[in-house]
Amino acid sequence: MTKAIEQASNATGKDPRPIKLACRNVWKLFGTNAANFIRERDGKASAADIAGAGLVGAVRAVDLEIRQGEIFIIMGLSGSGKSTLVRCMSRLVEPTHGKVEFEGKDLLEISDAALIELRRHRMGMVFQNFALLPHLNVLDNIAFPLSIQGQDRSTREARAREVIELVGLRGREHFYPRELSGGQQQRVGIARSLATKPEIWFLDEPFSALDPLIRREMQDELMRLQTMLHKTIVFITHDFDEAIRLADRIAIMKDGEVIQIGTPEQLVVNPATDYVAEFTRDVDRAKVISARSLMRPCDGAEHGGTVAPEAKIASFSASIVAAGKPFAVVNGTGKPIGEVTPQAVIDLLAGIERAGA
Amino acid sequence: MTVTASSSQARPPIQRWLVIWVLALAAVLVVFLLQDVVPWAVDYPASAVVPVADWVSALMGWIKSNLSWLTRSVTAMLGVPLDFALNLLAKNFKIGHGADAFVLPRLSWVGVCATAFIAGYAAGGRKLGMLVGGCFLYIALFGQWTSAMLTLALISIAVPFCILTGLFAGIWAWRKPWAERLIVSPALDLMQTIPTFAYLIPMLLLFGNSPVSAMIATAIFATPPMVRATMLGLTRVPLEIGEFSDMAGCTARQKLWRVLLPSARPTLMVGVNQVIMLALNMVIIASMIGAGGLGYDVLLALRALKVGEAMEAGLAIVALAIALDRLSQAIAHKQATGNVHRSSASPRFWRRYPNLTLAIAILAVTTLLGLFVPAFAAVPKAITFTTAPLWKAAVNWVTINFFDIIEAFRVALILNVLNPVRAFCEGFPWLGAVFLLGLAGYQLSGLRLAALVAALTAFCAITGLWEKTMATVYLCGISAFIACLIGIPIGLAAARSDRFEKIVTPVIDTLQVLPSFCFIIPVVMLFRVGDVTAMIATIAFAVVPAIRYTNHGIRQVPPALIEAAKVSGCTPRQTFFRVQLPLALPEIMLGVNQTILMALAMIIICAMVGTRDLGQEVFIALSKADSGRGIVAGLAIAFIGIVADRLFNAWTAKARARLG
Repeated sequence: MTKAIEQASNATGKDPRPIKLACRNVWKLFGTNAANFIRERDGKASAADIAGAGLVGAVRAVDLEIRQGEIFIIMGLSGSGKSTLVRCMSRLVEPTHGKVEFEGKDLLEISDAALIELRRHRMGMVFQNFALLPHLNVLDNIAFPLSIQGQDRSTREARAREVIELVGLRGREHFYPRELSGGQQQRVGIARSLATKPEIWFLDEPFSALDPLIRREMQDELMRLQTMLHKTIVFITHDFDEAIRLADRIAIMKDGEVIQIGTPEQLVVNPATDYVAEFTRDVDRAKVISARSLMRPCDGAEHGGTVAPEAKIASFSASIVAAGKPFAVVNGTGKPIGEVTPQAVIDLLAGIERAGA
Repeated sequence: MTVTASSSQARPPIQRWLVIWVLALAAVLVVFLLQDVVPWAVDYPASAVVPVADWVSALMGWIKSNLSWLTRSVTAMLGVPLDFALNLLAKNFKIGHGADAFVLPRLSWVGVCATAFIAGYAAGGRKLGMLVGGCFLYIALFGQWTSAMLTLALISIAVPFCILTGLFAGIWAWRKPWAERLIVSPALDLMQTIPTFAYLIPMLLLFGNSPVSAMIATAIFATPPMVRATMLGLTRVPLEIGEFSDMAGCTARQKLWRVLLPSARPTLMVGVNQVIMLALNMVIIASMIGAGGLGYDVLLALRALKVGEAMEAGLAIVALAIALDRLSQAIAHKQATGNVHRSSASPRFWRRYPNLTLAIAILAVTTLLGLFVPAFAAVPKAITFTTAPLWKAAVNWVTINFFDIIEAFRVALILNVLNPVRAFCEGFPWLGAVFLLGLAGYQLSGLRLAALVAALTAFCAITGLWEKTMATVYLCGISAFIACLIGIPIGLAAARSDRFEKIVTPVIDTLQVLPSFCFIIPVVMLFRVGDVTAMIATIAFAVVPAIRYTNHGIRQVPPALIEAAKVSGCTPRQTFFRVQLPLALPEIMLGVNQTILMALAMIIICAMVGTRDLGQEVFIALSKADSGRGIVAGLAIAFIGIVADRLFNAWTAKARARLG
């Protein structure tokens, strides 16, 4: 199944960005003799095999590649293994089998000292329950990762003040975590993980502990930061709406396996399994599906306007219905590659599936 | 569901256990009735006593004669900071010898009282300041200053030692699970169940009759809560905080010292509070091997039956205990919730620590003044007053007017309750006890517990201490039983009425901080020496956990369950008996367990008022410096505690598992 997924994602177009982090057949099994079990089977085992051996498969045969600068979301319900997977990527949890490659180098092979160096300078992580140190104030919390690297007080505090400014916490430098609201605490968590200027940024359900309104605000904040910083982001969530809002690509996990990887649009248009389809059913399709997915070959009719292939339906649905004429889908050079009819848009909005649409 | 099913298949069901128990009891009864035929099963034959005491004595003798270089150097090393603290607080520094010696004064009592006030003020506001300062002033005005400062000096040296040792032992046990399981946990259990007296004997033997040996005994006794607090605190640090420190690239050492331990600080501070209180308790008891101070005053007064003086010194101990407890609790509480931002950290020392600066200044000024004004150096006789005659008069009045009632009560208690139970216990066949306890262990947990319990019980018999062991069990059992009879209803009432709880809480808080010594004094005034005195003092001492755990157990029943009961139409009575009480039962049993252990500890100290049990054995051994006899009796006491504790814990664990 994993082969099929890779082919599908490769077929959607070549991404020119280099691979930052990759999982190659990563397994995490709990139980006695788990390592021998999976090595003897050469990195292959079915769910029945694992259960038969009395083991628990938290992460099973995960293959994925995360490209530089993309927001890669791992999405799954609780117990699906997503938290364990992200901890395998940073080696907080030692995988039982497989390879985790950071810029092509196997993380599982490097020494402890090298791992500490890597975490100090190139990785950052934000936690669901913030994990702020209760005995330090905001400034010291944010400067903490710099202080353990041995930076002197003035240097690290200057950098801490920069990121405090970035996340909009100025004036709260001397507050203690307890004195802040949940949203503010997570801003501290974000600022702290950014203080070391990491290249890859792990966010483990960062907004799940927050109220829905604050969650929305923090999502916008994250997008704002990303447009400035261009980090490689691995983001864990159980909230599909959140995933669609933020993701470049989404990996959906179930029972420790990745069942599909794709852009939000691919998941909505071509769900690999019923499970994925179930997730995508209530999604506002017009906001996810782009003109390219809805277009058909031009049949010579008069066009009421033009849209880019990447434009989401929601962005032009009102005007196409008002115009009552098909819109031409034009690529970068202005050449029409197809058209979208008002009827197709209306069907989509009304939730009607039509063969060949 | 599956668990209950499989366990009921593996072990006989309840009815079968009932039959087994009836048969077992019948068998023991038969042995008891046939004691002319099988006397060795009832009274352990004297000829077969294993001379463990002699072996221990020989070992201690060997250690003493071969390791004296070690014990002497330890004494010398610990003596330096201890002498400094004693001189600073109580004794003055003498530089030089003879008549032309130059005397540097101790800290002025005015300054110390002021410092106590400032410390209380800084930790918990004006009210706490008044309380702590008031306690110290009380000690000064009642003429107990020098003794109290001797006690305080010992504590102030022993406590940091305990905290550091406890911290490192706790970290070690937390890092290495095998060390926790095989070394630290059993050692802690033993350290906390061996009676305080038993510690004194080897210390006396190795380090002599001196403050240093008192301090070492104190340090050993007071360390366990710190070890436990460290282990608990580190385990309780949220997983995410540990993961954060890894992701920030902390080395193992940075992770421990800069992330985990600071995050665990509230729990650690609770441990510190307990260390201080245990140290105070032990320093009082250690006056028997040369600690001096308030405990020694009580001891001297009790020996001379000067009830008034004993009461005065006892009240000074109470004042010191309350001051230390409230102060350290306030500091712990502040650590947990206190950190409040300041707009800017000012760089100057006196600005940043105004209270500390003020305290140092006051101490320095008053102490210097003491060089010229004697009133600052020592509490002037003119302003102290003594209540000793008053107490004596009160006791005399009570004995004159109520002698008949008290005596009738005492005699009735002895004749109708104590003596029959005692006769029953002392006549109980040792083999039967080993068998029945082992059976209970098997039913509750399995073969391992059964073996442990049977072996520990057998130890008491084969060392020839069976009769004394049973004397201890009888007094401890009766006291614990009555303490539960009093404590559990009070706990239930407190759980059902917030107002009642508000009244009860400060009382039991105070009872809990009082060193065990203090309970004996008022009782002995009224009932003189004997088993009745021991029993009443023990009940007063051991009633606290019964109240506290019962109250807590009922109150922690989830509100959702009570609502569910109400919605299903339970009357308040039904809710209480059918929902709250069954759910609170494991917690209440935990309280009973604690009550038994505390009663055991107290019964031993009551040897001072003339009981005839293992405590007396230790007490005699202490006065004769007979280490073997004392240690074996101490171990027997510890084993009683361990047997009771393990059985109760297994039972509670089973009840918990059933409740899910």
